[in-house]
Amino acid sequence: MAANAPSHAMKKLINKVDDLVPESLAGLGAAHPDLVKIDAANNVVLRAGGPKQGKVGLVSGGGSGHEPMHGGYVGLGMLDAACAGNVFTSPVPDQMEAATRAVDGGAGVLHIVKNYTGDILNFEMAAELVEGEVEVQSVVTNDDVAVQDSLYTAGRRGVGVTVLVEKIAGARAEAGAPLADVAAIATKVNGQGRSMGLALTSCIVPAAGTPTFELGDDEVEVGIGIHGEPGRRREKLAPVDDMAEWLVTPIIQDLGLKGGETVLAFVNGMGGTPLIELYTAFNSVNKILGGQNIKIGRSLVGNYITSLEMAGFSVTLLKLDDELTKLWDAPVHTPALRWGV
Amino acid sequence: MHDGVIAWLRAAADRVHAEAASLTALDQAIGDGDHGINLDRGFAAIVAMLDERPAPEDGTADATATADLLRQAGKTLISKVGGASGPLYGTAFLRGAGAIGAATDPSAGAAFVAALEAAAGGISALGKSAEGEKTMLDALFPAARAARAALDGGGDLATVTAAARDAATAGAAATIPMLATKGRASYLGERSVGHQDPGATSSALLLAVLAETAAAGTSDAAAATA
Repeated sequence: MAANAPSHAMKKLINKVDDLVPESLAGLGAAHPDLVKIDAANNVVLRAGGPKQGKVGLVSGGGSGHEPMHGGYVGLGMLDAACAGNVFTSPVPDQMEAATRAVDGGAGVLHIVKNYTGDILNFEMAAELVEGEVEVQSVVTNDDVAVQDSLYTAGRRGVGVTVLVEKIAGARAEAGAPLADVAAIATKVNGQGRSMGLALTSCIVPAAGTPTFELGDDEVEVGIGIHGEPGRRREKLAPVDDMAEWLVTPIIQDLGLKGGETVLAFVNGMGGTPLIELYTAFNSVNKILGGQNIKIGRSLVGNYITSLEMAGFSVTLLKLDDELTKLWDAPVHTPALRWGV
Repeated sequence: MHDGVIAWLRAAADRVHAEAASLTALDQAIGDGDHGINLDRGFAAIVAMLDERPAPEDGTADATATADLLRQAGKTLISKVGGASGPLYGTAFLRGAGAIGAATDPSAGAAFVAALEAAAGGISALGKSAEGEKTMLDALFPAARAARAALDGGGDLATVTAAARDAATAGAAATIPMLATKGRASYLGERSVGHQDPGATSSALLLAVLAETAAAGTSDAAAATA
C-alpha cells in the first residue's frame, strides 16, 4: 500500500449499528410529524393522516442506505408507505404486508419495486399474504443501462427512474385515478426512463465496517448500482465533461433519443458528492444534450437515491410528453421533495 | 430425529455466526457485502424460536412435529433475513418440511434426501434459476445427487449426509471460475469470475454442519447400544 493510501476507518453518526435504521426512521418521524408517522414495530414510514379513502395506496421499499429514498418520499402526491430494510438488504414480507394493509383505502395498492432479486421475492411474498383481501399490482423499475444483457443477468437494476416513478404515479393516484391507471403511468415512466451511474469512492456498510470495494485514488467505477456493488468496468479519473459523456451517451442510445425531443434530466448524487460538483455535472449533461438538440424540459439535481457516503453521480433521462410533464409539476409535499404546496 | 434437527439448527447458528465475516467478505467481492450478516441474524432468530418453543411430549416428536419445526425455521428466515437469501433459504426449509412431513420414517436417510431434493427444487423454482449460474444451487443440486446415490448404495443417514457435504463443498468451490448469470453478482459480468459464490458457500456450510450432527448422532446411538 502506498503511504498516501486512503484510510478505511468507519466514521459514522451511529449509536449502535443495529439501531441505525430504527433511530433514523424515528428521526424522520420527529422532524416531519405533519407529513409522516413511523410504524416502529415494522420499520415502515406511513403518510400522516392515512389511509385516504378511495385513493390508490402507493407502497415502495427496499434496503436502507439510499436516503432520502424511500421514506423521504412519503407524503402528499407521492408514496403512502415506505418499508425500510436493513442497509442494502430488502425488507421482509411482513413489513410490506403491514404497509399494504395500512395504506389500503379501498381502491387497491400499487407496489413499486426496484428490480433486485431480493426485493422482487419479498414483495411477491407480501402480495401473496394479502391476496383476496387487498387488490395489489406491482410495477418493477429496471432502468439501469449499465446492465446490458438481461439474458445473462438478473436483468437491469432499478435505480434513478424509481424516484420519478414514485413522483409521477403518486400524482396520478392523488388525482383519484384507479389502480390500473396508476400502474399504467408507472409502467410508462419506467419504459421511457434510463439511468447510469459511476462512483468515485466505495462506501462502508455499517454492519460490515469496511469498504465494499477498493478503488484507487485515480480510479472511477463505471456502471455501478446503488448498493455499493462494483460496476462493469474501471476507468481513470477524467474531467467531468468526459465522465458525463460515459453516462449520457449509452442512455441516449438506449432510449433512441433524437434531436427535437424533450427530456427530464435528473443528475443524482450518490451521497458523498457536494452540490457544487453535481451542478457542474449537470452543466456537462446540458452541454451534451444541447449538442444533440435534445431539450431539457424539467430537471432535478441533488442526492435523491444514494449509496450511503459513496461519492459519484448518476444520470437519469426521462422522455417527456405533456401528460408526464403535468404529473411531474403536480403538487408534492414530502420530507425530501416539495413544490406546488 | 426431532432432537437431531434441533441440534443441527443450533450448531448451524453457531457456525454461521463464526463464519459471518468470511461469508460477508465473499459477498463484498461480488455482491453487496451482507450475506453473512443477514444469515447470522436469521439463524440467531431460529435459536430464539427454539428457546421459546415447548419441547414435544415424549413419543410425539414424529414426522409431523419435525416438519412443523422446519416450517417454523423457514418462516423465521423469511421474516428475519431479507434480501434474496431470506425467501430462498426460507422456501428451502418450507419445502424440506413438506418432504419430511410426508416421510414414513423422518430419521431415515431417505427422508433427508427427499427433503434436500425438495429444498433445492424450491430454490430453483422461486429464484427461476438452475445449476451453473453461480448460486446456492451449485452446492445444493450436486449435494442432492450425491446423497441420492449414497442412499441407493445402501448408506445410512451419516453416510448420506457426508456425501451431501462433500458434494456441496466441491460444488461451492466449483463456482469460482463460473460467470454469474443470476443474482446480484450477475451485474459484474466477467468480473464475477474468480470468486466463490457466497450463497453456495453458506449452503455447503449448512450441509457440513448437518453431516457433523448426523455423525455425532450415529456415534451417540452406537455408544448407547454398546
